[in-house]
Order: sequence, then C-alpha cells, then structure tokens
Amino acid sequence: MNELLQLLRSNGRETMENLSAMLGQPVEEIQAQIKTWEKEGVIRGYQAVINEEATEADYVRAAIEVRITPERGDGYDRIALRIGRFPEVESVFLMSGGYDLLVFVKGDNLRTVASFVNQRLATIEGVLSTATHFTLKTYKDQGVLMQEESHDERLQVSP
Amino acid sequence: MTNDSKYPHDFVAPHLHNIPRSGIRDFFEIVSTRKDVISLGIGEPDFITPWHIRESSIYALNRGATSYTANLGLLELRKAISDYVQRRFDVNYDPASEIMITVGVSEALDLAIRALISPGDEVLYHEPCYVSYAPVIAFAHGKPVAVETKAEDDFRLSIDALEAKVTPRTRVLMLNFPTNPTGAVLTQQDVEDIAAFAVRHNLVVITDEIYSELTYEAKRVSIAAVPGMRERTIFLNGFSKAWAMTGFRIGFSCAPPALTEAMMKLHQYTMLCAPILAQKAALEALVNGDDAVTHMRNTYRQRRNLMVKGLQMAGLQCHLPQGAFYAFPYVGHLGLSSHDFAMRFLEEQNVACVPGSAFGACGEGFIRCAYATSTEHIEIAMARLQTFTTSL
Repeated sequence: MNELLQLLRSNGRETMENLSAMLGQPVEEIQAQIKTWEKEGVIRGYQAVINEEATEADYVRAAIEVRITPERGDGYDRIALRIGRFPEVESVFLMSGGYDLLVFVKGDNLRTVASFVNQRLATIEGVLSTATHFTLKTYKDQGVLMQEESHDERLQVSP
Repeated sequence: MTNDSKYPHDFVAPHLHNIPRSGIRDFFEIVSTRKDVISLGIGEPDFITPWHIRESSIYALNRGATSYTANLGLLELRKAISDYVQRRFDVNYDPASEIMITVGVSEALDLAIRALISPGDEVLYHEPCYVSYAPVIAFAHGKPVAVETKAEDDFRLSIDALEAKVTPRTRVLMLNFPTNPTGAVLTQQDVEDIAAFAVRHNLVVITDEIYSELTYEAKRVSIAAVPGMRERTIFLNGFSKAWAMTGFRIGFSCAPPALTEAMMKLHQYTMLCAPILAQKAALEALVNGDDAVTHMRNTYRQRRNLMVKGLQMAGLQCHLPQGAFYAFPYVGHLGLSSHDFAMRFLEEQNVACVPGSAFGACGEGFIRCAYATSTEHIEIAMARLQTFTTSL
C-alpha cells in the first residue's frame, strides 16, 4: 500500500506538517494527494477507533450469516447493498464457504437487533436464511487491540 | 608480590581500575530520578518483538525446549543464518564450521577480540562509537586506538585517519556501520578502500553490522563481501535491533573455520551456548520476519525525517543519518558542552538525550537523539528543543 495511505490508516489525525516531514514531500503535494483520494473515493472517511466497553453506552453487536439467492445480472451485489444501507449494519462482506454474506449489526439492546433480523433482514426478497451470533467482548477491532500490550519497560537511557 | 590490603577496592584487577564507568550509566542515574521524562536516550527499539516471534518461543517452551544446544548453536538456525547472510550480504558461510550463535553481538565482540589479540596488541576502532568497544579491548589487555570520524565526512571512516593511527603492533580493525551513535554508513568505495588498508597492514577486520537491516536510502554494503576480505573478517550481526529482540540476547558471528574455532573455545567454556528459547525465536525471525522488519524500517525512516526536520527547526545542524535509529546533531556552537547541554535540556525541558562525549572524546559538541520512539514523543521533544535552544 502507498506509504501515505499507510500512515493515514494508522493515524488519520496526523498533521500535514508531520506527514510532509516524514515522507520528505511538500505539504501542498500531500494535501493534493489526499484531496484526490477523497474525491475518487479511495479514502471514504475518518473515524476514531473507540473501545466501546470503556464507554457508558450499552449496545449489542451481532455477526449474522446470511444465505441469499444471487440474481441474474447483479449476482449478490444488489441485495448486499440493500442490506448495507440500513444504518444498523456496520459492515457487510461477501464470503466464500457455507453462507454468502457476513453482516455485522449493532443495536441498543438484544430486542432491537432481534427485531432488525426478523423484520428487516429476513424479510428481504432473496434472503434464504440467517444465523445470528451475538458478540460477547471485543479484544481487537480495526487492527487496534482494546487493551495495552504492556507499558514501556525500557531503561530510560541505554547505550 | 603480595597484596596485604584489606580494602575490597584493592582486590580488583588493576586493568579494570583504568576503565572509566560508562558516561551513559551516570546519565541514566540522573534521568531515572525524574518523572515523566521524554527520553530520546534509549538505544533500543520501542517496538515489542513481533508476535509471531514471541509465539514461536512460547511454543518451544510448551514443547519442553529447555536444554542446552550445540556450542555453536542449533544447526537449523545456523543454516537459516547462512541463507540470510548469503541473501542479504552476498557472502557464503558454512553453517557447520563458520557460524556461531552468541548471546547478543556483545558476547561475539568480546569473543572475537579475545580470540585475536595478545597483551599489548593494538586495535583500531572508530569514534564516536558504541560504548563497549574500548573497554572490551582493554579487558583483553589490548590497547584501544581510537580513529576519529568527522561530521564533515558524515562520520565515514577515512583512510588518512586510519593510516595515521596504524602501527606495527596493530592487529585488528573494528568497524560498526551503520554506526551507533552517528547513523553513519559506508559507501562501496569506502569499504573497498578500507579493505585494501586492512590487507596492506595485514589486519583482521571485526565488523559489527547489527544495524545493517536498518539502512535507509543508502545501498547496504559489507566489507565481508569485498573480494579477499572473507578470510580476514569476522562478521557480526544479531536480532536485537531489526527484529526488536534486545531482551532475547541473541546474535551470531560468521568467520573462517580457524577463527570460529578459536572463538568457540572461549564461548564453550564461558557461555556454553546461547539460550535455546532465544535461538528458536531467532529462527522464526529469519524464516518469517521480513515483513515485520520492513514495516519497522519504514517507520524508523519516517521518524528520522520528522526528527531531523525538528532538529533543523531548532537551529541545529545534523547530517541525515542513513542507518540505525540515531540522529547526532551538533550543539557545540551554543556555548555549552555536550554534557551541560544534555543536563540543562533535561532539567529545563524534561527531555533526555545522551551527550556525544559518552561515545568518545570526539563526540564532544554533539548529542545523540534516538528516534526509536513514538512520533508524538518526537514532536513534543523537538518543540521543547526549539524552546530550549531559543532560550540559550
């Protein structure tokens, strides 16, 4: 992956000045490149990675295996996008193996997620079956561990 | 001659009295009394050893790998090192007779010196340099002879400087490129010239290339690969820096059979073998560690750029370090010695760096700033440096 993209991926809030210094490129060039990516949809947004278990908010997350009937012309895409447009849905992946779509859904409580599956997801034409698995705890998300591995135990000065 | 003294001090062998305490240790003791210091003084990676390497060591422990190994080290690891050195440095060493696993490069360096010199022999080494070189030579009753490198040469080693210091008693030339603390690297022309110098004076070369994986834009070169040098070179390398494995204490030496055999004698009667769990981890590092090394190398390069820019903003001159993870800027024009600069910077801004004088007399006027730390810390440290230099 492009070095600038990698840096943004590990820290989307890095300043233009630092990016410029680290990559040895002028600030203007970096800004222009990022603008281009934003325009072309390569960069689709910037978010904080939040350890939700450390917040007050209650929530429930489920991974749902969905089997669907592919459609002539669109394959899985139309139904996948239709599912993906629901705000409750965090991510949708087309999978190889025993089911077709893996859908991550987040809701305030068990009932809202259950009702989403019952009322919205399972009733979409073309959806053959769903299997819902609730998550119990998050250890790592988006490449970030939810607890520190260890603090820095290095000597403060060493040769 | 009898020693009638009852003072413990007088029981210590005289040649140890002449070796000063490391300047780094003194400085460490001052730094360790302070809270929330941002340290640019740490000579080791801030990365934790990549998980797959740690995991392989845990797996080995689970499987009961708790025994001694062959004195030279696990053959499988020596074979992997042979492949690695061939692939990265284009020199071929026989795993059966020319490669030995050691407890870090530090042990290998000690073995090499003791295997080569007799009391009174002279050893050339370049300064500013890693703190252990002169003491290790003195422990073996050799005479350390420092050869100065200069900022205007980007701290590369010049033949003129070498010629000025070589004598009929010189036996060994020690090299460490990329260099701790300067980040200097040699060019292909440099290593060829130095090789010719070594042949001319019939010297053995000990080359400590622990930082070679952390070479940035420059082409990586090794004197061991220069035609005719293999027979008179002890090539040292290890896993501490590039694979972030300092605490595993694992390194290796490559040298012709006669030299390896001599070093092995010392190793077998003093260390016996390197710890087996560290050897297992090192094997995993060589077999599957390339991606992790590339990632860390790229990260260090980005941080180096950030730091060098910060140093320039603070009005300090600094050559662009091409290897290792240290910047070595000049502060001599600010009217403070290296030591005083580092002390006042610590006291006034709570940032630790190491006075250049800790790395040899010619390091005076410089400070060593390690960029093996987070970009946030580099940013804060450089902002404070600017405040500090402006106040002087």
